[in-house]
Amino acid sequence: MTHKKKVKTVMDKDGIDRCLTRIAYEILEKNKGTKDLVLVGIRTGGVHLAERLQKKISGIETGEVPLGILDITLYRDDLSSSKKTPRLGKTKIPFSLNGKKVVLVDDVLFTGRTIRAAMDALIDFGRPKMIQLAVLIDRGHRELPIRADFVGKNLPSSLWEAVDVKLAEENGTDEVIIKEDD
Amino acid sequence: MNNPVITMKLNKKDILGMQQFSAEEINLVLETAESFLEVSTREIKKVPTLRGKTIINLFYEASTRTRTSFEIAGKRLSADTINISASTSSVVKGETLIDTARNLEAMNPDIIVIRHSAAGAPHLLASLVKQSIINAGDGAHEHPTQALLDMMTIKEKKGRISGLKIAIIGDIEHSRVARSNIYGLSKMGAQVCVAGPATMLPREIERMGVTVYDRLEDGISGADVIMMLRIQLERQNQSIFPSLREYAQHYCLNRDNIKLAKDDAIVMHPGPVNRGVEISPDIADDPQRSVILSQVNNGVAVRMALLYLLGGGNE
Repeated sequence: MTHKKKVKTVMDKDGIDRCLTRIAYEILEKNKGTKDLVLVGIRTGGVHLAERLQKKISGIETGEVPLGILDITLYRDDLSSSKKTPRLGKTKIPFSLNGKKVVLVDDVLFTGRTIRAAMDALIDFGRPKMIQLAVLIDRGHRELPIRADFVGKNLPSSLWEAVDVKLAEENGTDEVIIKEDD
Repeated sequence: MNNPVITMKLNKKDILGMQQFSAEEINLVLETAESFLEVSTREIKKVPTLRGKTIINLFYEASTRTRTSFEIAGKRLSADTINISASTSSVVKGETLIDTARNLEAMNPDIIVIRHSAAGAPHLLASLVKQSIINAGDGAHEHPTQALLDMMTIKEKKGRISGLKIAIIGDIEHSRVARSNIYGLSKMGAQVCVAGPATMLPREIERMGVTVYDRLEDGISGADVIMMLRIQLERQNQSIFPSLREYAQHYCLNRDNIKLAKDDAIVMHPGPVNRGVEISPDIADDPQRSVILSQVNNGVAVRMALLYLLGGGNE
């Protein structure tokens, strides 16, 4: 990666927490409760966000919402064009997706290619009743006809910028930063 | 794909033997294989990763486990797999390995998996064709994918490889499984010993860094892992040992002698098992001890990992 210089914080710890609280309520509102609801976090950025959403949802309504982890590497569309092979992470979806309302969770929605791969993967696991998408940041620049159902923050960005979601579980601190080349 | 993707590449075109692997590369293959285990538990056991890639399994020697394992691994990655066995190919018409290879190359496959009775056959092929070559066993030389699946099984059952005492018992001389495991396990920090009749121990085997014993009892004493080798009847000239019965009397792992190993020692066998010759049936079927079927299960995952690591990227 090229060295990015200017760094701007666009969301802090409290901001992230408030976004997730609102998304948790929105998920419950749209799905009318927790019946048949499951969360699937996309590795790596979506996993901790999905865990936090699960915790928030269980604090609002009764009924357990199962949590799965999805690694989309094997479904990428750029495997044979890239020089190197992406490191494969573990997928853990220890429950059936048949008839479930699946909320996919990721940190940043950008080109939409990750979500395309994730949907193909989910459908190989069964036939969900519905797939919805929750993201913390939507930064635009879609290359596929994909949109999110739940968005923490719309963040118009230029292609020369990088949006980075840092979470306490991995980085010791919660923040969303935008980095640009000088 | 927003996140910076952690990438890696096996720094090799071919998988020829464990001798050419570093500990870091072994770990990469094992970790990747652990992630692949899950795919085989799905209802739809298939991912689109190697769609459009062609894998040729070129088997000049009999094989059920390895060939099926490679074929299943390729198919679960959506590659097209083609099996050629020597008995049904133009080998019987007298075509040489080199000519066969050049002809196969002209059909533009991506990976060729080869098993051959001559040591070095995969290496020869690798130097001739541009495709990736995977050694599925060459003579009494190496069988790297077996060693990798053995290491994956040990890591799965014991949580580590480093520091374990591992005994490899039986016909070391004719065993490519033993050779590949000795290279691999030593690199991973295990303490490896071998035991077998003197006629089945290669000269100067000590130079591979292993301790050598004549008696099974000395070999397995205090072992964490016991790896029993198959008596390769097809590779024997009769003079090596008087009879199977006599061999079994001294080198069959059974309920009595296994007490010399650690209480939680596991028993491995690359298959096919000659029951009552290498392992008594009650040990082979003991779920506390025998991990033979885990080895087979992990074999598919290891081969998926290797195919993925070789076939995923573009040169």
